[in-house]
Amino acid sequence: MKMRAFASRNSREILRDRLNVIFGLGFPLIVLLLLTLIQSNVPVELFELNKLTPGVAVFGLSFVSLFSATIISKDRSSSLMLRLYSSPLRPADYILGYTLPLLPISLAQSIICFVVAMLLGLEWSVNILLSIVVLIPAMIVFIAIGLICGTLLNDKQVGGVCGALLTNLTAWLSDIWFDVSLVGDVFEKIANALPFIHAVKAGRYAYSGEYSAIMPELWWVIGYAAVLMLIAVVVFKRKMKV
Amino acid sequence: MKAIETKMLSKSYGDICAVSELCLEVSEGELFALLGVNGAGKTTTIKMLSGLTEPTSGSFSVFGHSRIEDIKSLINVSPQETAVAPNLTVRENLEFVCGIYGVARADAKKRAEAMLREMSMEEIANRRAKTLSGGWQRRLSIAMALISEPKLLFLDEPTLGLDVIARRELWKLIGTLKGKVTIVLTTHYLEEAEALSDRLAVMNGGHLAAVGTAAELMAKAGCDKFEDAFVKLCGGGDAV
Repeated sequence: MKMRAFASRNSREILRDRLNVIFGLGFPLIVLLLLTLIQSNVPVELFELNKLTPGVAVFGLSFVSLFSATIISKDRSSSLMLRLYSSPLRPADYILGYTLPLLPISLAQSIICFVVAMLLGLEWSVNILLSIVVLIPAMIVFIAIGLICGTLLNDKQVGGVCGALLTNLTAWLSDIWFDVSLVGDVFEKIANALPFIHAVKAGRYAYSGEYSAIMPELWWVIGYAAVLMLIAVVVFKRKMKV
Repeated sequence: MKAIETKMLSKSYGDICAVSELCLEVSEGELFALLGVNGAGKTTTIKMLSGLTEPTSGSFSVFGHSRIEDIKSLINVSPQETAVAPNLTVRENLEFVCGIYGVARADAKKRAEAMLREMSMEEIANRRAKTLSGGWQRRLSIAMALISEPKLLFLDEPTLGLDVIARRELWKLIGTLKGKVTIVLTTHYLEEAEALSDRLAVMNGGHLAAVGTAAELMAKAGCDKFEDAFVKLCGGGDAV
């Protein structure tokens, strides 16, 4: 109950911040529209909606990190955190209270992304639902990154790290805009060592119905989600001890 | 009953001793002022008593409880700076605090309505906290500290940064709380502290310099004015 009250407050804080909504929803959709337009003029296989949509959905999730990091860092920089720390909330209430509101927001973001893609011509298939489900571990990855950044950085630093660095990392190292194998070498190795490209590939395999290819990609993302969430919990609990 | 009892309570940050061997008792229902110049250890003391920071040594109890988990449900804090959720309305802020203290939703709504009336905040009930003036935000911050119906309320510099009118209104409000709840208050406004507090403690360099009623402190310092007594007890040179 205490956690639910905290989670409810957090979701309202996030959704009432217009910049959050504009960036989190608007920006990925603009990218989707632009690349679809490019595709209609200069056909590129990577920008076909069946490949592009899961990628843009993952890219959109990078903004979820910004949401979670911003709310935590703002709470920390204001005296509200002192009020919360002196309340009967337990560490688990904080972690869940910050995490749970972001899951439905992330899901909604991915659903909207696929709906807009369908309006642009993506063929409806039950596999769209599977593709969204497959993105859940990626959602947790981005939420956890946000928790860690929000706990360690101030709100200005969060803007730089989650708003600029992470969104760019996600964009460049995920096979969304270009085939990373074309760059090759170190770049490809780095991309493959990170979870973003695997999340995109898992989403693509899910949509295309290549079910056996999903899990080898998804394990990477699940592993990152588990480790990052564990780090987030440890870091948050440490920071609670003023 | 003792609301607070500290025994040799100390807090150090590295080599810096913020609070040193503090022994203090506050009775239930008292309005107790913690005074001192900046860096005297007032806020650190409140942070320890409210579970925000762990003491380096010593111990304390609140209403006989020494486990911080038990203490947290008995207290509430209005921190030095305004502590509100900016994108929630005034009413939502009040209900939010009820929620994190485990108050059922229906009861939380009733308490919020009652608090809005008591604090004359009905007109701004549906305004988002971030749109309020500093004075109203501070009033809301105190209302949020009261709505959980704490047995012990910490008010850390409640009038800091407010204009003179907002400050007077807030002092009046604090005056109305006297006797209803045990209050530990820190402030730099000596006149108000003297007028409102049952007892006052003067801290200096992390040490408890003196504790007693305003009259007792003036007698101890050998001064006719409370401000002079405060300056003398803080070791700040000759009183004027």
